[in-house]
Amino acid sequence: MAEKQKMIKVYLTGELFEVPEGSTIMMALEYAGFQLKQGIGCREGYCGACATVYREKGDYKLKGGLACQTVVSEGMAITQIPSVPAEKPVYDLNDLTPDVGTFTKLFPSVFRCVSCNTCTKACPQDIEVMDYIQAIIRGDLAKAADISFDCIRCGLCAMRCPAEIVQYDNATLARRLYGKYLAKKSPELEKRIEEIKEGKYDKDIKELKEMPHDELSKIYYKREIKIS
Amino acid sequence: MKIPYFPGCTLKTTAQNFEMSAIESAKKIGIEFIELPRWNCCGVVASLTSDDLMRHLAPVRNFIRVQEMNKQGLVKNENRLLTLCSMCYNTLSLSNLRMKNEADDLQKINDFMHREEENYDGNIEVVHFLSILEEMGFDKLAQKITKPLKDLKVASYYGCMLLRPKEVGIDDAEAPAILENFVKSLKAETVDWDAGSRCCGSYHTVNNVDIVYNLVKGIILDARKNGAEAIITSCPLCAFNLDVRQSEIKKDNPDFQTIPIFYFTQLMGIALGLDKKAVGLEFNKIDTEDILKKKKLI
Repeated sequence: MAEKQKMIKVYLTGELFEVPEGSTIMMALEYAGFQLKQGIGCREGYCGACATVYREKGDYKLKGGLACQTVVSEGMAITQIPSVPAEKPVYDLNDLTPDVGTFTKLFPSVFRCVSCNTCTKACPQDIEVMDYIQAIIRGDLAKAADISFDCIRCGLCAMRCPAEIVQYDNATLARRLYGKYLAKKSPELEKRIEEIKEGKYDKDIKELKEMPHDELSKIYYKREIKIS
Repeated sequence: MKIPYFPGCTLKTTAQNFEMSAIESAKKIGIEFIELPRWNCCGVVASLTSDDLMRHLAPVRNFIRVQEMNKQGLVKNENRLLTLCSMCYNTLSLSNLRMKNEADDLQKINDFMHREEENYDGNIEVVHFLSILEEMGFDKLAQKITKPLKDLKVASYYGCMLLRPKEVGIDDAEAPAILENFVKSLKAETVDWDAGSRCCGSYHTVNNVDIVYNLVKGIILDARKNGAEAIITSCPLCAFNLDVRQSEIKKDNPDFQTIPIFYFTQLMGIALGLDKKAVGLEFNKIDTEDILKKKKLI
């Protein structure tokens, strides 16, 4: 007979449940019978849809994490943040310039930053959020794009910010501006796009599409990855 | 001499001419600015309310960076933090003063910043570049001048932030002389005028332009009346107001005579033999080259 699964007690949105030890918060929610319609995404820690606030037993700190990545512990209190109702300006990237003035117009709240670092503490991706906000304030968009690269837009930073800055939207704009206007252009990319348009790879793609799964898997894992 | 340097946001955006001219001029007299490897906004503007501790996080975080620079060996036993922007100087100095005087506040701030690897120990001194020059001796600076600014009449514009409140002012608020002594060391002529520490209108420039427009007009007229050919400042906000609003005044009043606005480090650079590109003259709005060419300085 299989060993009995050890159960632990957790509080889900204020209500006590018993869930299997070792579950992620998302597994615990589903085990407890919650039907998740929002705040659930890739289940792999990539998409940022499952932002969750929790507190571990005996700790006074509210922590942020992804429900699909955070493992429950005895006495943990958990609340999901299915969406962040933050203001989101609409813009056309073609009309913008890659400088601090663009942020002054679209995200004036960014200048309210008091460097408290609460955003960084809340980030489940361990991004130095405050540092990229500060980089934006001084117009260093390349640095902001670089620091914020791993942002999954879960929104926990904005939810905790005492200055009500929407950090992740600022970061997205910084990366877009950097990509469009500041990053070094790649002639190789242009060339490759032309080749694709001209149908150079049509035959290869067709072959891959028609390949049996096993064979495809074999060549996938045998492939060489060049990191330059 | 290597000294930890806090640029501030404006020097990286609209006041790049201030930063570049200061760094290059300093090199000429043997001072190397070492920019904090990691820094945040100074916290502008200084909060005067007693219970608004959060506003002091930004300055204190920068002080911790100076401590870290010493540990990393980027500077040696250097507890000074050098600033150029008057506003940064003022904000950082006022916060520092409070941290030195109020042990409870410092404790609270250090507790809040538990993610920092060390506490602020209260031993950093915020210094303005002008004070460093004064300490070094303006006579020494004078000896290093290769291109004396002969016959150039320079009005020293202090604004508010360098002098007030007196606890952090770099000179006597009522009768300052530090900029005039600086001007003399460049062999330029000082101008005796009234508007040197008058307010430029500060942030009213954002949504009450009329206030700034009128104040700037008064300041420029006073400078002209007293024979000034150039105005120097160390505040990017004053420089912006004096430079940009002057262009607007000129547009409305064709007879209005504009005066070029320089960062003090730009004239210092010229006097130390730097070319116009090195001191970033192209960033100044009101033409600066006519007068310098007339005096055969560029």
